[in-house]
Amino acid sequence: MSRAVSDTPIRRSSDTSQFKSVGKNPPRKESREKVTGKAKYIDDLTFEGCLYGKTVRSTIPRGKIKKITFEPGVPWEEFTVVTAKDIPGKNVVALIEMDQPFLVETEIRHMAEPIALIAHPDKGLVEKALTKVRVEYEELPAIFTIDESLSGRNIQRGRDNVFKKYHIQKGDPAPVFSRPAIVVIEGEYWTGPQEQLYIEPNGVAAVATPDGVTVWGSMQCPFYVQKGLKPLFNLPDDKIRVIYCVTGGGFGGKEEYPTLPAAHAALLSWKAGGRPVKIIYDRMEDMWATTKRHPCRTRVKTAFAKDGKLLALQVDATMDGGAYLTLSSVVLSRGTLHAFGPYACDHVTIDTRAVFTNSPPYGAFRGFGAPQTIFPLELHMDRAADRLGIEPHELRLKNILHKGDTMATGQKMEDEMDIEGILKKAMTESRYLEKRKSHREHNRTASPVKKGIGLSLFFHGAGFTGSGEVFLDSRAGLEITPAGTVRILTANTEIGQGSFTTHSQIVAEALRIPYEMIEVAPPDTAVVPNSGPTVASRTCMIVGELLRRAADDLRDLLIRSSGLSNNGYGPDEFRRAASAHAEKNGVTRVYAKYKPPAGIHWDDQTYTGSAYGAYAWACYVCDLETDLTTYQVEVKDFVAVQEVGRVIHPVIAGGQIEGGVAQALGWALYENVVLKQGVMQNTQLTNYILPTTADTPPIRVFFYENPYPNGPYGAKGLGELPMDGPAPAVASAVAFSLGGKFISSIPILPENICEILK
Amino acid sequence: MRSYLAEFSVISPRSLDEALWALKQRPAPAPIAGGTDLMVLLNAGQLPPGAYLNLHSIPELRRPIEFVNGEACFGALTTYADARRHPEIRKRLPMLCLAAREIGALQIQSRGTWAGNIVNASPAADGVPALMAYDAAVELSSASGVRSVALADFYSGYKQTARRPDELVTAIRIPVPEKEAVQYYRKVGTRKFQAISKVLLAGIMVLGKDRRIKKIRLVYASVMPYTYRARAVEAVLEGRVPDGAAIKAAVAALRSELKPIDDVRSTAAYRLRVACNLLEEFLSASSPSRGEARRG
Amino acid sequence: MTAKISFTLNGKPWTGNVHPLKRLLDTLREDAGLTGTKEGCGEGECGACTVFLDGQVVMSCMVPTCQAEGKKVTTIEGLVSDGDLHPMQDCFIQEGGAQCGICTPGMIMAAVAYANDPDSAEDMREALAGNLCRCTGYTRIYESVKKAMEKMSVSEIR
Repeated sequence: MSRAVSDTPIRRSSDTSQFKSVGKNPPRKESREKVTGKAKYIDDLTFEGCLYGKTVRSTIPRGKIKKITFEPGVPWEEFTVVTAKDIPGKNVVALIEMDQPFLVETEIRHMAEPIALIAHPDKGLVEKALTKVRVEYEELPAIFTIDESLSGRNIQRGRDNVFKKYHIQKGDPAPVFSRPAIVVIEGEYWTGPQEQLYIEPNGVAAVATPDGVTVWGSMQCPFYVQKGLKPLFNLPDDKIRVIYCVTGGGFGGKEEYPTLPAAHAALLSWKAGGRPVKIIYDRMEDMWATTKRHPCRTRVKTAFAKDGKLLALQVDATMDGGAYLTLSSVVLSRGTLHAFGPYACDHVTIDTRAVFTNSPPYGAFRGFGAPQTIFPLELHMDRAADRLGIEPHELRLKNILHKGDTMATGQKMEDEMDIEGILKKAMTESRYLEKRKSHREHNRTASPVKKGIGLSLFFHGAGFTGSGEVFLDSRAGLEITPAGTVRILTANTEIGQGSFTTHSQIVAEALRIPYEMIEVAPPDTAVVPNSGPTVASRTCMIVGELLRRAADDLRDLLIRSSGLSNNGYGPDEFRRAASAHAEKNGVTRVYAKYKPPAGIHWDDQTYTGSAYGAYAWACYVCDLETDLTTYQVEVKDFVAVQEVGRVIHPVIAGGQIEGGVAQALGWALYENVVLKQGVMQNTQLTNYILPTTADTPPIRVFFYENPYPNGPYGAKGLGELPMDGPAPAVASAVAFSLGGKFISSIPILPENICEILK
Repeated sequence: MRSYLAEFSVISPRSLDEALWALKQRPAPAPIAGGTDLMVLLNAGQLPPGAYLNLHSIPELRRPIEFVNGEACFGALTTYADARRHPEIRKRLPMLCLAAREIGALQIQSRGTWAGNIVNASPAADGVPALMAYDAAVELSSASGVRSVALADFYSGYKQTARRPDELVTAIRIPVPEKEAVQYYRKVGTRKFQAISKVLLAGIMVLGKDRRIKKIRLVYASVMPYTYRARAVEAVLEGRVPDGAAIKAAVAALRSELKPIDDVRSTAAYRLRVACNLLEEFLSASSPSRGEARRG
Repeated sequence: MTAKISFTLNGKPWTGNVHPLKRLLDTLREDAGLTGTKEGCGEGECGACTVFLDGQVVMSCMVPTCQAEGKKVTTIEGLVSDGDLHPMQDCFIQEGGAQCGICTPGMIMAAVAYANDPDSAEDMREALAGNLCRCTGYTRIYESVKKAMEKMSVSEIR
């Protein structure tokens, strides 16, 4: 196993000497524009004759529209107004299932659901006009909780309000629980919704005529928007053009959602005879109406031998999907496939379901269901350790997966792995054992500030689940420019995660030319191939590998046709060969298409096989203080150790981990979505609390390198991983600081700590 | 932005007289100083349309912090940043610096004014409790004259203040407390900065040679509908040595005096409990074993 | 109701006819055409709209344009001189301080203010607490600011 552990956070000293670009830290491709304010986000673009659109949204959670009145007080004759009956094609968002309308026709299923659209050249007047639209309703009884949904008393979806169910079975846990001399531990856990809170709210612009539709916007997945708009306008692929603008954060919140505002802007433009229409959500609308992380209730039951060996594991998790399916079935799938953790256990059942409620649909959010099931299992392991009288890290060491073991899905661990090494590294870097001891001593003193330290051990599967990548059938390409440089063609967006840069490094490495000779085409469905969505920690690992293969083909092509030497060449020789090729043959593009790695099989029916081709492994340690005067928690130190294959760009990779940890600390300690009638109430940054610099601890990141044979230069996915581990580590540390009082739901607010200490 | 600007107008007077004359109009224009409250409302579509009076155009209101007769004097446009940076304020009225430091972030502190904090009358105001604990007085000017109101008498209910619509806060006078006064300011917010307080206590206590409490001020934010001086608790403590029994009596009195609210930011139970904890922490701080009052 | 309002914008005089309550943020973006200043929340919480007003950091979403009258306004566009980036901008590039970039202009403005006057806050964390970033976890931002402050003091000594 090639193992390279950083001596200092991020700056590894691994052997990347054979590489010229990979493993280095070149400046990000787009950073100059970003630091000078020149980067053009959607709201920075101006359109001649632009109209500003606003969305009329429901103010009840369920009911029928009786009447829409446009009250006097604004010059309605100057407005463009769209309702469902103006839709030229199908009024349905094309996603996994065709169940969500772009605009309500008769029945409202959640608060803030789009009913009508208005647009006017005067931005301020549109705001005023929005207050002059009165919708009369006939209200119907609604459901807001998982229990209400499953009670059978108000069925609104299928026969049982259940969108989707999964079952994983390995061995048979039931008889194990009645064995003698075992310790059975049960627990119920709750993870709350979370707002993605990209700092740039959702925004789009559109021009739509019968000749075609063009959309510009802040988004992760231009081809999702294209797919969503085709039936709406009854237009073919080539008539729907979607252009990515520099995007100010996504985190899943701009995965499936932008299709809605894109469609709305396009509908208004269509109605207005092709005038450009911009829809930019303000923060309140964005928080009120758009998707959040699925809330999840999980019950865990375990049987342990007295020595701590995990004998049986049962997990039962239920996610609230909201009023439409959107992506809930796949979010649930990922949650299901992360529910059993990095532990070897012979008898496992996992049962999960996503249910309907009259809430705005919950959606994609970094981690995609996995954080929701990792939290309960990891906290449960701590409770078990407490009950068994075994140190938490020892309990984990007794049960971790090793090479050759099988997961609950039956997937055999074939690749090199060293979870134990990761755990031990995290313990060393955090001085875990020493602090357990000294904190325990400190907590016996009269000080009102109590100390705690906790860890979590987990994995994250990279790429689409199961056969997902095969269905995506992605293509990525490279183009030779007349100047003899190379341009990357993918649909993968730069949303802050550094994809333009890491892709460029991979291509530069493969072509053996300097990083500076690579440019990236901004994702535009008219220009780039569909290399799949920018989600699921797949962009570097899956699309990067496609680019590496395309680069190999491109180099071979230049060697064959343009006299590039097979025995090494300098940048100038490459430039001359490429330029000569472009001159002779015109635009030359080379594409690579996805091929599944050998030996990867997945059975969707039985939920067995290789759920993911590659896993990233990690151990996180959180060191914190709980102040018993105010019940506030302050994280003092955070150590994140992970194995993510080859690290392509240490600074970017470190930034992903640090950012993900901070976002997860927010979820664990601050970010409380207050729901009323299924919808968020605290839709302002004054009352939805994001950690600031002063609330975010030093985050110390360490990488283990273990190149993955099917990733570009050994890279695996890492973007979502850091969302998974912090919450259980925090909850465990809080429990330690409170002398073993566990709080099993997040966020853990000072109010909850106050309550438990009553 | 959710407001329609065409429904708003702004008067930018060139002098205080002109401003006071403008305030005689009915309805009176609402003064706008640093804008840190009103502009949020404007953006949220919650600012009432109508006329506003821009105080930034009035030279007389932009006066530096002065010390006169043992009192600090702030002008109508004195910002949190002004107070924070003032070496004498730091030394003689330290709670004002602590308060200023915890209001929003630097960008807010450079705009927000003490007078605005008073007039806006938010129950969660961070600056007002410190001022009130120092027995500050508010100078109100109108075309018909100038009067002074003790800040402790300024509020009578939620967003109810002693200011008439034709009056402008033109000065805040803050007496410098006794050198030996124990001072305590602790804001418990939703996070460290950029936070609205959930509970806040500003306290001052002067002990006599006999260690009995000669004077005490206990001012809370965010537990009642307006900045609240816990006079009943003060009465319990005055004349007593702040020992364990006195602290217990004070906490009991506070518990029956406060009626905190439940809202989107916190719960009544939490507010009450933390309010009591802060009181206990403050009072214990005067005992030799605890050393100095914490800075919060 | 609009009014003629004049101020110095990035060192040059600027005059426009705008509503006096129009947010300085909107005046900068819509009337002056400087879109480097961003809006993240519109309520003074996120700091993406941070600019200098007479040298002090402010949230431009909270400043009515009439209150900029006669003052000096500096935006992210004003940090570049003769095509040269400010050391803070350079260091944000080198150290990975910018990810999605939407908070970056405001963050850089707050960081430059702090570098210019380290006494304005007790430490860097406090100085940047008015600027929310959802991507970085702030670590790379600290590195960027530290590097820039080293560079800036070196160039002063020279």
